[in-house]
Amino acid sequence: MSDAGTDEATEATEAKTEATATTPDTAEEASPKDEAREALLGEITSALGDGVVESYLMPGTDLWIRVATDSWADVGRALHGRGFTFFSFLSGIDWMPSPYGRGEDDPTAEAPVRETETKQGYAGGETRFQVFARLVDLDRRLGVTIKADVPDDTMTVGSWVTIFAGANWHEREAHEMFGINFDGHPDLRNLYLPGDFEGHPLRKDFPLLARMIKPWPGIVDVEPLPTEDEAPPNGETAPSEGVLHAPADESAVTAAEQTPDTQAQQEQQAESSEAEPSDTGDTA
Amino acid sequence: MSVLAVEVPYWGQSLLRVLGGIVAVLLPAGTIVYVFLFKMMSFMQSRLGPMEAGPYGSMQLFAEVGKWLQKEDLVPDGADKPIFKIAPLIVLGSTFLLVAAIPFGPDAVFTNFSAGVFYALAVSSISVIGILIAGWSSANKYSLLGGLRAAGQLIAYELPLVLAVVGVVIQAGTMNMQGIVVAQNEGSMFGWDGLGNPFVITQFIGFVVFMISVQAELTQVPFDMPVAESELVSGYMTEYSGFRFLTFFIAEFATAGVFSLIASVLFLGGWGIPFAWFGWDGIDDVSNWMNVAGPLILFTKMMLLAFIIMWVRFSYPRLREDQLQTFAWKFLIPLSLANIAVTAILKVAV
Amino acid sequence: MTVLSDRQQLGYIASQAADARVNVELETEGMTLNIGPQHPATHGTLRIIVRLDGEQVVWAEPVCGYMHRGYEKLTEVRTFPQVTTLVNRIDWLGSFANEVPFILAAEQLMDIEAPPRAQWIRTILFELSRIANITLFLGDLGVQMGAVTPTFIAFRDREYVLNLIEGVTGGRFHPNFDRIGGLKDDLPKGWIDECRQVMKRLRGFCEEIEDLLFGNEILQARMRGVGVIPAEIALQYGLSGPNLRGSGVDYDLRRDQDLPMAWKEVDWKVWTHPDGDSWARCWVRLQETREATKIVDQLLDGLPAGPIMAKVPRIIKVPAGEAWVSTENPLGEMGYYVISKGDLGPFRVKIRSASFNNISVVPWVLKGLYVPDIITVLASLYFILGDIDR
Repeated sequence: MSDAGTDEATEATEAKTEATATTPDTAEEASPKDEAREALLGEITSALGDGVVESYLMPGTDLWIRVATDSWADVGRALHGRGFTFFSFLSGIDWMPSPYGRGEDDPTAEAPVRETETKQGYAGGETRFQVFARLVDLDRRLGVTIKADVPDDTMTVGSWVTIFAGANWHEREAHEMFGINFDGHPDLRNLYLPGDFEGHPLRKDFPLLARMIKPWPGIVDVEPLPTEDEAPPNGETAPSEGVLHAPADESAVTAAEQTPDTQAQQEQQAESSEAEPSDTGDTA
Repeated sequence: MSVLAVEVPYWGQSLLRVLGGIVAVLLPAGTIVYVFLFKMMSFMQSRLGPMEAGPYGSMQLFAEVGKWLQKEDLVPDGADKPIFKIAPLIVLGSTFLLVAAIPFGPDAVFTNFSAGVFYALAVSSISVIGILIAGWSSANKYSLLGGLRAAGQLIAYELPLVLAVVGVVIQAGTMNMQGIVVAQNEGSMFGWDGLGNPFVITQFIGFVVFMISVQAELTQVPFDMPVAESELVSGYMTEYSGFRFLTFFIAEFATAGVFSLIASVLFLGGWGIPFAWFGWDGIDDVSNWMNVAGPLILFTKMMLLAFIIMWVRFSYPRLREDQLQTFAWKFLIPLSLANIAVTAILKVAV
Repeated sequence: MTVLSDRQQLGYIASQAADARVNVELETEGMTLNIGPQHPATHGTLRIIVRLDGEQVVWAEPVCGYMHRGYEKLTEVRTFPQVTTLVNRIDWLGSFANEVPFILAAEQLMDIEAPPRAQWIRTILFELSRIANITLFLGDLGVQMGAVTPTFIAFRDREYVLNLIEGVTGGRFHPNFDRIGGLKDDLPKGWIDECRQVMKRLRGFCEEIEDLLFGNEILQARMRGVGVIPAEIALQYGLSGPNLRGSGVDYDLRRDQDLPMAWKEVDWKVWTHPDGDSWARCWVRLQETREATKIVDQLLDGLPAGPIMAKVPRIIKVPAGEAWVSTENPLGEMGYYVISKGDLGPFRVKIRSASFNNISVVPWVLKGLYVPDIITVLASLYFILGDIDR
């Protein structure tokens, strides 16, 4: 349980409380895992040879391995044989930047210049689409992320269904969302989308219809609520608050009716109405 | 025949019997629904139950009846229409037939069958037919599953029901319901007649088997596979709405009430209190005020047994169909057979 | 032979069609039943097509997607702080727990860490959302089996937990409380004492439910030996949480991962059960709820003082990179793979939700079971539709 971990944990907490803005100095406790990760990388490289194209080891954090498209099924098998029996997930990435942006552009203004270069992430890549998966070794408490390029012309990689039965649904989802074919999958049909759906939604060139129809307005200037000296006369309330709570103006409540509770309530409401403008600024 | 020393013509008697039958079926049903289903179940679940309609929700029953009556009368397209429509009536009809055999007082009986017990058990099987054809005719796979489950379950639990009663019949020496009541109230237990001879004590095993079988015959939890709400939506009742569902609903609770009445008659001494308390010798000695008090006493005993049925219903999860059948065939039937054997031996030898 | 009128002929054809629809044949060979999408037993719009032979399942296939909201696409058009609102609604019963892995991933990319007090309060709220989630599961379990009463007891005691969450975050169901770098607000006054009392009450509730539900012979008969999932199959399908631990695998992300949360500061136990049947999974969940109350008590005892928000720029731009963070959510392992390109919002977020994997095992596990067992197995696997469909 946490007996062995408490010593390291107190070290880590002390380090954390010293520097809240920097990564904790976990080099000591990360070493065994990093060593394990390096050892694993070595094993896989020797098992697959040319299949391993690139790798990236972020110390103390994680290991990324990119394999050649043809070795996709092999790397799954190799890892499964080396104790990575827990199948976490399998999905795809489309590295092309979206030509639609985030749907926040003013439709009347000129369309902004966007980045169009397809740039892959950790462990590199050469194609627009990549398929990636995560496997975990429960005994060594080690996880590894494996990526592979998906060739643009065939859009096919090998299927993991024979190695990890759970990959069945994940591959179906990757297929319908990205259009990636999995060679060897028994039944590659849509999982979430209706059978006759056209297009692959998670591709970047598939527009998000809601944002196309109505661009998101972004940060909105909220008109602050009136302060007390700006309150309308005669105890009239502003239209937006009339329905929900009693007027902040005390003349509406006679002195006889006013109990300590209602008075405290009114004071609280006056306080909260002053505090509101900063709240709305936060959530925008 | 005179009722309370007033001479009533034959048509008057028939009218009174009809009214009495309706009251005898609907009053227990309504009381059980309100007291146990609305209030007791709610209190057991730490909530209050209906409180809006009438004081403490007492008019909720009428509100429910009104609600069900004004709903649309749907008959599914593919359903077998005449069978679909008649099924709830068959189930309710068997309840009315059942209540005819129950004695409510020394003279307050609808009929006095000499083989009342035999008649009652035979007629209680008619509701099984109603449930089966409801499931079949609904043109719905859930209903079909519910109907099939009901077929197996209700027929399986008929046997322990009947066998449990055989012990009572042996001990009373008669199949006449009135005779069984009298045997309990004028008899004595091992020479002591302070409590009469309620068969619940000497036939305790029979009583337990009977109550379990009644729970299963009513398709109440833990035996409600035919109406397994979380699986079959509503089982054989899925396609019924409006007045037809109301009929099933009333039939369910009315049958619960009527079976409790029968159980009170068979095991708790029916309408009577031990004759020894009043110095009566036989049924002819019993005073006339017993005709008014008898139904009330019987009603109280019925509520007690219905309480037990409902209490078990709200507390237990449901058994799976095969576990249910195993329980009936491999446990209850041998147990009730053993009960009969022991009763017969004791009756002859002791 | 009488000549049938047109109307009679139509009626005859219609009844033949109806027979075909009902698919009733004398040989009990295959009735295809649709469980759902509207059904009292599925927690939401899940549809399972089962082919039955009498009452036994020949094959079963879940059809999901009735609630697919396209979260992964939606995250691409939001800024980082806006994603928490979205992500609350994946597993809506334990909502706070959904925000945490995403926030941790963003913090990992930004190379900042929340102050200790924020980490501890995050852990407390995380465990509270676990309790809220599983309490409902325990009540629901009874209803699936036919016992109506435990539901009300569960909901009654769950109200206290929801009140606590509302007291801190302002929302019972969707707190939206986690921020990159810390939390939105500190604990209100008097909350810690109330929390202690509620934890005590919940321990009483766990005892009550253990007696009422798990001690019931009928429930045991319904659940023991039903839907056994061996450990190898569980690992292949990626089952997580109590489903995995109910099959005997000793793996809990709270203990086995090094996240900036407070679990390693307190003493607690990981519960497993070797059987792998429905009973084991449900039992593990009950024990975990009790354990969660103990964790919260210890966390309240040792809560450090300090700020609850690290120094974070007003407009958050997360540097380019990829991060994967997963936590032990009430339903299982929930993780986010966040790819950022240095923008205001993420480039791609892959949401790994627990119920997606948990339900993918349904075709394997339901073969050969009876119809009532379908409900038992689904109840014991415990999924939330929002978690499957995202």
